[in-house]
Amino acid sequence: MQLELINATIRHPGANNAAPALHELTLQVTAGEQIALIGPSGAGKTTLLHTLACAIRPHDGDYLAFGIDPWQMNDAARHALRKRLFLAPQTPPLPPRQRVVTAVLAARLPQWSLWRAFASLIKPSDPRAAFDALARFQLEDKLYARVDRLSGGERQRCGMARLLVSTAELFLVDEPLSALDPTLALATLAVLQEEAATRKATLICSLHQVELARRHFPRIVGLRDGRIVFDTRSDALTDAMIANLYAGREAATPAPPDLTPAATVPDVPCF
Amino acid sequence: MRQQNAQIVRDPAWRRRIVGTLIGLLLLWPMLVASEFKPWILFDEQSLNATAHFLADFLAPAHSLDFLRLVAVNTWQTVAMATAAMTLAIAGAIPMTLLINERLSLSRIGTGRMAFIPAAVRQLVRWLLVVLRSVPELVWGLLLVRIAGPGPTAGVFAIALTYCGMLGKVYAEILDSSDHFATRALIVNGSGRLNAFLYGAMPEAAAELVSYTIYRWECAIRGSIVLGFVGAGGLGQRMDESLKNLVGGEVCTMLIVFVLLVAAADGVSKMLRERLA
Amino acid sequence: MTNESNIAAKAMPPVPPLRYSTVALLVGLAALVVASFATLRLDWQPFFTREALASMSEFIHGFAPPEMAPRFLRKVGVATMETLSMSGLGTIIAAALGTALALPASGRFGKALRLPTRMLLNFLRSIPELVWASVLVIAAGLGPFPGTLALAAHTTGVLGRLFADALENVPPLAESTLRTNGARPLAVFLYGTLPQTAPQMMSYTLYRWENNIRAAAILGVVGAGGLGQMLKYFLSLFQMQQAATVIMAMLLLVALVDGISFWLRRVMMD
Repeated sequence: MQLELINATIRHPGANNAAPALHELTLQVTAGEQIALIGPSGAGKTTLLHTLACAIRPHDGDYLAFGIDPWQMNDAARHALRKRLFLAPQTPPLPPRQRVVTAVLAARLPQWSLWRAFASLIKPSDPRAAFDALARFQLEDKLYARVDRLSGGERQRCGMARLLVSTAELFLVDEPLSALDPTLALATLAVLQEEAATRKATLICSLHQVELARRHFPRIVGLRDGRIVFDTRSDALTDAMIANLYAGREAATPAPPDLTPAATVPDVPCF
Repeated sequence: MRQQNAQIVRDPAWRRRIVGTLIGLLLLWPMLVASEFKPWILFDEQSLNATAHFLADFLAPAHSLDFLRLVAVNTWQTVAMATAAMTLAIAGAIPMTLLINERLSLSRIGTGRMAFIPAAVRQLVRWLLVVLRSVPELVWGLLLVRIAGPGPTAGVFAIALTYCGMLGKVYAEILDSSDHFATRALIVNGSGRLNAFLYGAMPEAAAELVSYTIYRWECAIRGSIVLGFVGAGGLGQRMDESLKNLVGGEVCTMLIVFVLLVAAADGVSKMLRERLA
Repeated sequence: MTNESNIAAKAMPPVPPLRYSTVALLVGLAALVVASFATLRLDWQPFFTREALASMSEFIHGFAPPEMAPRFLRKVGVATMETLSMSGLGTIIAAALGTALALPASGRFGKALRLPTRMLLNFLRSIPELVWASVLVIAAGLGPFPGTLALAAHTTGVLGRLFADALENVPPLAESTLRTNGARPLAVFLYGTLPQTAPQMMSYTLYRWENNIRAAAILGVVGAGGLGQMLKYFLSLFQMQQAATVIMAMLLLVALVDGISFWLRRVMMD
């Protein structure tokens, strides 16, 4: 058993009195599985991914990652655990003024010493690796371009390229296809799944495109209002179950990700 | 009817303005007294004599070769003081800024609250920065001249201490107000704190940080001159000596050089900021 | 998607060249830093040898406990009032003169006057308050009066420039309307321009007052009265405990003025 959530209740960080984001969730994931997470907006998919990434502590219940309880460890040990996973947020976390090569190679930071990281800023330490990763998404000519010169979809795929360069054995991916057209979405998903299979890594991917999830993932988990509605093999998934999941809510239209560049730094007052 | 009219006519702001003006005047009088504000002193015989003498001297700027060489050496000393002080201030401010930056806190991930020791350390460093920049650099200068004797050493350390406090505060503000989404994503994936800072926060904040630092260097040049007046060497000390000896010509030359120096520093600063930021 | 063998055969795009000028600039900066430390021959001895640390700690101990006798505190109180008045008066005079000079400096009296006035303002603000005070002591003698004048001179330059920039950036509609309707220039300024720029000018003035209290506190070092003069006096007599009290008074005064300025800002901006 690689990951195990046992009756976990999770609150939004800092909102200790509000209603929990996830209620009494139980989930078991074996190593190497590929799972799609679906559900209407606000169901808690992002919160679940963050919890699995040891970024939010469960308020109640337990979470075991790689067989250990990360919240019983001290800060340093828990941080070492994080090197084994990769959380890719929906909005690609790439600084606008950075070059793509540096942004992608940032995946190696958990393994690099401070000096190597600093030196790589000046002269990228392994541009070939970044190049190969970008080439798998047909972005190889953007290697030395600046992130803010890319379109939204290109930036999203760069975020995925960073995942390819990392050495994680657990991929937690939040809506990687929201800014991509159907052809590109299909191709990107194929690369992701291919990489997970080659590395024998676990892939948990939240998606709005239900049909894609159904056709390409062996296991589907449906979330609604912070609870797991179903957790089945995709061939056992019926249309009725899907309709029930999204009943009364907006259909499976993806919310566009926030791909606006970061706010500019305010003027520093003069002496 | 007339009473109603009177009520409608009264201006609501009138009362506040009258009261405000009265308070202002009431405060003005003691201020004039306490600061011994007697403009007529400027025009009494003794003052006029001294002023006239000084002006007469002043309007003939000293330009002997020896003196100009002295001025050049001291001008370089002033620039060197400012540069050395800024280097020390930056060296001190960077670790402190990184320490107090909450975005880099590991204990904060997941729980939203920092563990006790890291929070306490951060608060202590913040207080240290406040103390460093609250004490005027001239006061540091006076103290350091007592310890280290007159000369540029006192000046360099006085500026370094004060500016370390200022730089630490402003660097922290710049970093806090910049977007930390990228940094957080890197830390959550297991990157070291400093690495995450270099790759996540620096690209956006670098321009603003560099710009402010260069501006502070320019201020440090003016600060070095001021510190010279308490014995920290450089152009300021020479100017103080010439003023005390009432050698107007030398003061004039040095003032001209000073204005030129400040203008040059301003120009260099603008050029650097355009290039590097 | 391209498969592995295709990718392995692809050539990487060329690395963009490093700009020569940036490298030269960075090298120049490094040279400046090295030259500064080399020529200054900084004396680390007083700070880092064992005897030095001992004598420093003795020196610091000399400050405690700060002198608190009522008579002395009264003298410090008087000096504090002097310093406070210097800064307040200096700032008020500077605001008035600055406004007056901002008019020609923003081109309202014609293009010909704009540049010379701006140069005058630049000159006034280039010279630090302390240097002004040193010079004015010759004309006005020792005491807080030259301090007030020095602050006024320097701050006029600063505020004049800030006000002139604000006046230049004000939207012209209110002014031009009044002028079209025949109002006189002074009236146009008072009724059209000033109401728009007044909040910003007020804010700058308050900000300069916060700055001036720090400056006023130390002007005394050259004889311009206030807490600075007291500090220099006691330090030169090695009376550390009295000096400590004066420093504390300075810090309290700065905190007080920052607080008042913050409150005034809230009151006036509402």
